[in-house]
Amino acid sequence: MIGLSHYLVISAALFSFGIMCVLTRKNAINVLMGIELILNAANLNLIAFSKFSTGNIDGQIFAIFIIVVAAAEAAVGLAIVLSMYRILRSVNLDRADTLKG
Amino acid sequence: MDKNLLSQIVFYFFAVLTIGSAAVVVFARSLIRSAFALLFTFFGVAALYAYLGADFLAATQMVIYVGGILVLILFGIMLTHKLYDLKIKTASVQLIPAVIAVVAVFAVLAFFMLRTQWFQSGSMLSGPTTASIGNLLMQDFILPFEVASVLLLLALIGAAMIVRRRPE
Repeated sequence: MIGLSHYLVISAALFSFGIMCVLTRKNAINVLMGIELILNAANLNLIAFSKFSTGNIDGQIFAIFIIVVAAAEAAVGLAIVLSMYRILRSVNLDRADTLKG
Repeated sequence: MDKNLLSQIVFYFFAVLTIGSAAVVVFARSLIRSAFALLFTFFGVAALYAYLGADFLAATQMVIYVGGILVLILFGIMLTHKLYDLKIKTASVQLIPAVIAVVAVFAVLAFFMLRTQWFQSGSMLSGPTTASIGNLLMQDFILPFEVASVLLLLALIGAAMIVRRRPE
């Protein structure tokens, strides 16, 4: 029988891969992909708890708002990446070190 | 019994699809391959939503993530790399410390998630959810709904402002 813990472990794995993506990749767009993985992991947790734990639909409403915020984040994030590319001619995050002391 | 076994096989198939393609997103050398692996991750998560009885959210996931965010990411890749450069490579830094940290995070998360006795109410959600989601959004959650619409408008204007070419 598939229970709550199955979904929690899948979501923990997705979250860990997202953190890994954010920590190790040099490309700014790849870091944005990692953030999307993390948000998906959070959504999966909310919906799993909504089904198994509370028995009402509030968790799914919360997930919808997270999807809205993820869409806004992707749009603004990619705009920042494009702007960075225009200035530095590169999306390598190591090149964006102007503020480094 | 037979139906139960079949549903477990389908669940594990989508679980492996989701986690495997997430691993490809993280470890692939080519940026394009990462983006297309992300497509399969989103698809697998949508299937898991459907498995949890969240039919409206499964459809939303397909439309917004696969149709919107992934296309946006592909546009971003195409606009920031030269199109004739077929091998869009991306490097990884500090792989070993990151692997150690991430494995530790995963171990702690999984350990406590499996050990905790979560509260489980007897009544599980069942049946289509779209009508009740619409009712809740228009009644109990009307303020967050309106704030979300303002947020989307701000993101739209902000993104256009940021990428706009400024006159010299």
